[in-house]
Amino acid sequence: MTRLQKSLPGIVSVTGSFIIWEAYCRLSGMPALILPAPTQILAVFFDVMSERSTFYHLSITLWEILAGFSIATVAGVFLGWLIYVSPIIQRALHPFIVASQVVPKVALVPLFVLWFGFGPASKIIVAAVIAFFPVMVNTHLGLRSVEDGHKDVFKALRANPFQRIMLLQIPSALPAILAGMEMAIVLATIGAVVGEYLGGSEGLGYLAVATMNAFQTDRLFVLIILLTLIGFSLFIVIATLRRMLTAWHSVD
Amino acid sequence: MTISISCRGLGKTYHSRSGDVRALEPVDLEVKPGEFLVLIGPSGCGKTTLMRIIGGLQSASEGTLKLTTGPDGRDTVGFVFQQSNLLPWMTIEDNVALPLRLRHIGKQERRERAVELCNKVGLAGFERRWPRELSGGMQQRAAIARALADDPALLLMDEPFGALDALTRTRLNSELERLWMASGATVVLVTHSISEAVMLADRIVVMSARPGRIRSITQVPFERPRPVSLEGTAEFQAIASELRAQLDQTA
Repeated sequence: MTRLQKSLPGIVSVTGSFIIWEAYCRLSGMPALILPAPTQILAVFFDVMSERSTFYHLSITLWEILAGFSIATVAGVFLGWLIYVSPIIQRALHPFIVASQVVPKVALVPLFVLWFGFGPASKIIVAAVIAFFPVMVNTHLGLRSVEDGHKDVFKALRANPFQRIMLLQIPSALPAILAGMEMAIVLATIGAVVGEYLGGSEGLGYLAVATMNAFQTDRLFVLIILLTLIGFSLFIVIATLRRMLTAWHSVD
Repeated sequence: MTISISCRGLGKTYHSRSGDVRALEPVDLEVKPGEFLVLIGPSGCGKTTLMRIIGGLQSASEGTLKLTTGPDGRDTVGFVFQQSNLLPWMTIEDNVALPLRLRHIGKQERRERAVELCNKVGLAGFERRWPRELSGGMQQRAAIARALADDPALLLMDEPFGALDALTRTRLNSELERLWMASGATVVLVTHSISEAVMLADRIVVMSARPGRIRSITQVPFERPRPVSLEGTAEFQAIASELRAQLDQTA
């Protein structure tokens, strides 16, 4: 099967659903306020993209996502490593880790806004808190999966602890850590946007709420598309990074 | 650049919730500098445990272990395991040169040494490959090259050819003898294979199982290098069948 043949069913189903959507909007008399037609959204898309303020809000959101993601990655890797090397710390942190997972983190957003203000800081923290967990869990998992045989090699060669971390533990755990980072980038995007929904005057999330309040449904759709594109692009970047860094790992 | 080994009453007991397991009864064993010693015995006879204690991978529950270095003071140990234990994220070259990297030897020197070692073990041209791209036999060759990288004064090998087919095994046996003769290192090799033991050893230590203890020590008189055809001779077969008889009694 060629590539085209393989992707054909997907192309047909997506195109088909857009045609049905368009036809439904035109024939049913559905108000554009509720559901605008795809062609209308496309027209507004170019309007929105020609406004400078769009890029200002976009850059704010992007900054929040990347900052939150970076904090989540550094903290997640460090804590994952810490609970791996110290069972006592693991037991001490365990209740907090479980609690942080059971609490619906979105419910904490108003609290963070209260503590860290309406600016980007509160959104960065929301993004970091939501994205942090998979990185930590995967780091811990990756470190625990270091093979006994490889440990024997380093022990027999009398490697020092630093060499063990750099040459054995990090490379062993890297595929799992990067898989965690893939999840984290998606979660950080959600965190930043939800943060913007609930407070502040900047970012695509804020813009979406403002647009909704103005009943500009077509513009709202454009913003959803923009956010989707951001999330997707960031995910692709991390996924590509993963494939490059762990070329040895897969057999493709 | 050789090491002699002296074990006095070396024993190992594993403690677990379901009770203690005696893995190794106290063992007395002397290995001379530059000697090729083979440990043979059924599963559970403690041969791997004894070897891991000598290599410092495990501690003994009792007894003393003394490694005495030669006049040059070299104390490097090379270890070859049942699996190659190559690091999948490093190329063959980097795997082979790992012992040198751990001793902070420069990149250029490491590369040269790795190429030289790959040549020695018949892996020339595979330096830049990933371990997964190599067959089991080639991976084990790379593991041997890695063990040799730091000019070990003591080479410990735990069933290094156990997972390989008979043909590859015979070939690697003679290559190992050649490498050992060139290096002059002291070797302790664990194996299940009687012919491998007779082919390679200066002395063969037969161990019995549950609890592990030394049953007998056999001197192997053949000249070196030993040709593959040696296996067909009556003297070889006599030693092999004597060993087999002892192993049958221990099982």
